[in-house]
Amino acid sequence: MSALYIMIAASLLVAGFFLLAFVWSVNSDQFDDKEGAAMRMLYDNNIDKTIQE
Amino acid sequence: MFTAKEKPLEQIQKPNTPCFHCGVECVTTAISKDDKTFCCEGCKLVYEILNENGLCDYYALQSHPGLSQIKGIRADKYAYLDDKAIANKLYTFTNGKHSIVKLYIPGIHCSSCMWLLEHMTKLNDGITESRLNFGAKELTIHFLESKISLRKIVELLATIGYEPYISLDANEEQKKSPASKKKIYKLGVAGFCFGNIMLMSFPEYLSSDLGIEHQYAQLFRYLNLALALPVFFYSASEFFSSAWAGLKQRMLNIDAPIVLALIITFGRSIYEIATNTGSGYLDSMTGIVFFMLIGRIVQERAYKSISFHRDYKSYFPIAVNVIKDGVAKPCALQELKEKDIVELHNGEIIPADAIVLDGVANIDYSFVTGESEPVNIIKGNIVYAGGKQTGEKLKLQLIKPVAGSYLTSLWNHYSFSKDKAEQNNKHSVIHKLSRYFTIILLSLATLTAMYWYVVNPANILPSVSAMLIVACPCALLLAASYTNGNILRLLSNNGLFLRDATVIEQLGNIDHIVFDKTGTLTAGSNQYSFSGHALNEQEKAVLYNIAVQSTHPYSKSLASHLGAYPKIELTSWNEIPGKGITASYNGDSIRIGSAFHTGVVPSEKDTAAVYIRYNDSVTAFHITPEFRDNIPNLIPKLAHNYQLSMLSGDNDRQRGVLTDIFGSRATLLFEQKPMDKLRYIELLQQSGKKVLMVGDGLNDAGALQQSNVGITLSDDINNFSPSCDAILDASKISKFSSLLRLANAAKHIINTAFVISILYNVVGLTISMQGLMSPMIAAILMPISTLSIVMISTGISSIVAKRHGLSLIG
Repeated sequence: MSALYIMIAASLLVAGFFLLAFVWSVNSDQFDDKEGAAMRMLYDNNIDKTIQE
Repeated sequence: MFTAKEKPLEQIQKPNTPCFHCGVECVTTAISKDDKTFCCEGCKLVYEILNENGLCDYYALQSHPGLSQIKGIRADKYAYLDDKAIANKLYTFTNGKHSIVKLYIPGIHCSSCMWLLEHMTKLNDGITESRLNFGAKELTIHFLESKISLRKIVELLATIGYEPYISLDANEEQKKSPASKKKIYKLGVAGFCFGNIMLMSFPEYLSSDLGIEHQYAQLFRYLNLALALPVFFYSASEFFSSAWAGLKQRMLNIDAPIVLALIITFGRSIYEIATNTGSGYLDSMTGIVFFMLIGRIVQERAYKSISFHRDYKSYFPIAVNVIKDGVAKPCALQELKEKDIVELHNGEIIPADAIVLDGVANIDYSFVTGESEPVNIIKGNIVYAGGKQTGEKLKLQLIKPVAGSYLTSLWNHYSFSKDKAEQNNKHSVIHKLSRYFTIILLSLATLTAMYWYVVNPANILPSVSAMLIVACPCALLLAASYTNGNILRLLSNNGLFLRDATVIEQLGNIDHIVFDKTGTLTAGSNQYSFSGHALNEQEKAVLYNIAVQSTHPYSKSLASHLGAYPKIELTSWNEIPGKGITASYNGDSIRIGSAFHTGVVPSEKDTAAVYIRYNDSVTAFHITPEFRDNIPNLIPKLAHNYQLSMLSGDNDRQRGVLTDIFGSRATLLFEQKPMDKLRYIELLQQSGKKVLMVGDGLNDAGALQQSNVGITLSDDINNFSPSCDAILDASKISKFSSLLRLANAAKHIINTAFVISILYNVVGLTISMQGLMSPMIAAILMPISTLSIVMISTGISSIVAKRHGLSLIG
């Protein structure tokens, strides 16, 4: 049963990691613009294409 | 995707082609390029710029994504951005070489806009990075000072159809925003700790059956305590500071009993764990903090691109051209002094009361007075701040400082010094309920303490603390915040955007509604009709030729209503500003203008805007502002439940129609100045009324501020509306009475949820008074009561909304 000590420590570490990830994501403005990212992923990267083709 | 391209060529030749850039119907096919037709040169120019730079994907993402460029911008409109002092205020960062600027662009509406604006780097190599926040409509541009100036960037944006809105006032507002992030962190921490505490408490709940070894029980309890520390000291700090702020003002707000319960729960838990007598109630405590924080965040949802705190500064330009030593130089508004000579272009707003030195002023005062007709003012007369010049360039000499002008002095009225949100919050029913609740709870606790003092003094502490823990009014707070949060969401889905949740309760208390007329009841378009002598074609042709020469808006309306006629040489033509026109043609004498000018005695009921005397026969030309759709249906509906008034800055020409709509019980007042409107609201309030003001422009600003709830009606919610409590999308005005009903229901829903939460409290109290409250029961009771309260409050509000025909999702 003493494995529990290690397991508890490990689980708290993992959970703590996710808490930090959450704080980081808020801090880097990822929740500031919820619509924008959804549109941005639809862009094609070939900007030089003109309408003539 | 390319609608214009797919059509055969002969179809494009037809004039009913949409503009390739903006989708507006083209009047002619003359403006075209590469088989594409444009409605104006501006749209064509945008297409050319984009095509040259290989940015035509813009048109592939959406068809006709652009905005009509028919208006165009004046060449030196943004000259003031060359002024370093002004530019520096707008920068978020600059080191002289590399600068970052954040611009608010109201025109952003689709994915094409976003794509183009994020590819600004292609248009100018001085721009190193551009990033758009779509929700907030804010474009952040990084650029090199050596290659492009701020003015050039703004002008570039304006030419491609995304003219930014620049206001120093709005800029100050943005800097205040990051406060809400703190709350998210607090929520994250609370959620993390709550979840882990629940997990660690599991063995405790089941301990009697499984017989978890004692050493682990101890370990879990101390871990729980460690995890509860950040919740108590960090996440719950909101509640502590709010309760303390209330106590300092000698009032018990809802947070006071909650903080009391939190402290006692935490204290008792520490005691139990330290003395090894129990596991405490840390799971419930952290859970409650977590749910209450969610409630707060839901309730404080902000509309990023809408501002509720604007004063006249947002309407006024940042800078105007001041003429010094014969040269026009841009000068920031706050640096204007009396006696400065100012140049004013078409469409610009007069910054301060001034005398006209040069040019013919044709001032549109609709901002200031609500009166829709522009006023002609000749040289040497005074024009007032807030008026908008329509027509030629003016030269003005200021006679008052900006803040001391007739319109702006409205903002010195004391009603503008109070914080309405704070006032609302203070008088909120929640705090009243919680005050009684706290008093009853404390007296009950004293009684229990006295009872145990006589019977068994050792029991005082456990029983009293148990009582205070269980009777925490968190359910009441949850009910209120989730109901308000859901109602805010429902209202915004249906076009009514509230500044904050305190407005809901105020809306529910309203018993008198005051409407503004121009811009609120009427939409800005006019209906025209003739009465009296019927004009024949010959007369119409002559009248057209007379009217078309005048710049007065009435003459313009008359000319366009008559239609197009060939040019006729008139014998004589003479316009007297403010009165009318006298003309003659082939021996016919014609007068157009006011009743006085034409010598007409108007009857009481039939007053027209313009009279026409053609020799001896008189024709009246009526200009009636058109009411918004549904106004004639909406007003009688509202009249059932509310007393109504109407305040108009206009004259009483429309009294007849308005009386028909409003009924005889309503008060209709005309020729009301901004200050009159404010005073009228004040008067109603002094007689005990709770007043809702519905207005639209700066001229209603005082009334909107003074009223219990001020709603601004706006055709475009991203437009700039004066400071108010709520903004209503004008196209949704037909739903107005349903929206008011929903706000009304909030009170009842909160009360219902409160009664249910008290029932839970009674059950909890009975159990704990009998000494049967085990951690297990507490752990079950807490989430069940919380969840049911949340479900009841959001569920009922959604049902009420559906009943009144409101849409549940946006």
